[in-house]
Amino acid sequence: MGDVTPLWEVFIRPRNGLAHKHVGSLHAADEALALSAARDVYTRREEGTSIWVVRSEAIAASDPARAGENFDPAEDKIYRHPTFYKIPDDVGHM
Amino acid sequence: MALYRALIELADDHLVLGHRLSEWCGHAPMLEEDLALSNFALDLIGTARSLYAYAAEIEGKGRSEDDLAYLRNEREYLNCLLVERPNGDFAHTMLREFYFAAFMEPFWQAALASNDKVIAGIAGKAVKEMAYHMRHAGEWIVRLGDGTEESAARMQAAVVDLHPYWEELFSGGDCDALPDRAALRPAWEASVKAVFAEANLDWPEPVYGQNGGRDGMHSEVLGRMLSDMQYLQRAHPGATW
Repeated sequence: MGDVTPLWEVFIRPRNGLAHKHVGSLHAADEALALSAARDVYTRREEGTSIWVVRSEAIAASDPARAGENFDPAEDKIYRHPTFYKIPDDVGHM
Repeated sequence: MALYRALIELADDHLVLGHRLSEWCGHAPMLEEDLALSNFALDLIGTARSLYAYAAEIEGKGRSEDDLAYLRNEREYLNCLLVERPNGDFAHTMLREFYFAAFMEPFWQAALASNDKVIAGIAGKAVKEMAYHMRHAGEWIVRLGDGTEESAARMQAAVVDLHPYWEELFSGGDCDALPDRAALRPAWEASVKAVFAEANLDWPEPVYGQNGGRDGMHSEVLGRMLSDMQYLQRAHPGATW
């Protein structure tokens, strides 16, 4: 289908209060048809309350070859996890 | 029995169109539309089931929704001829869907206020489905009509081919529990004209309309469709799984 129906990435928000989550992709000619197709392909089982579609080519992705330099330096910095605090019982789940 | 008959007309419209759309399953031009058409088919067949179940209850002869769908002959089907038209190409299918949904959406909208609670309940669910069918089919009509030379020619050909069939949508049995079909014509025409204007499609000159579906007088294609749809229950009566 080539350029006539480019690729779109689909994001669905399952419930109010949650973030839109990537669920997959599809081919469509334009925004309206992409939203329509996303509704038909990805919300058949009550998965969502809101849909975003984004042209796949509009997404900039990190380079897998640079995963080492991007992500490994965080490995030994456990102090960045907020696990060293005592949380009063009254606070409950944070 | 005015209500029974009107329910059968409505249910037959939904089942026949739903079955037609299901014939696209696995054959649509792209995966996305294959699923969309199957979704449409399921919406329509779901509504047909509710209507048959209610009709069977009103009839009070112990028949079930399956009996009504699978064990009636062609001449007992009261659907309008539009819904039995063969799928043709994608343009034909989308136009047929739009004509039907543009009628049913205001029909169910009016039926929400029905004094019959079952009808109002069916309407509450169906009105949203029809609004979506209208939008989806309408989007395609605009893109095909205002698309390439070939898509525009095919869309216009579909308009000409289906022109004798839309008027029968406004005929059908009268009963107090259901909206007056003829009164929905201005709303239908406004929806169609808006999409046609955007799609650069011409509304053809009036032609002699084909009808008779409400009296069980069908075109040859319905018999073939029913023989396919009813085969299993006819060959293995009472089969369940």
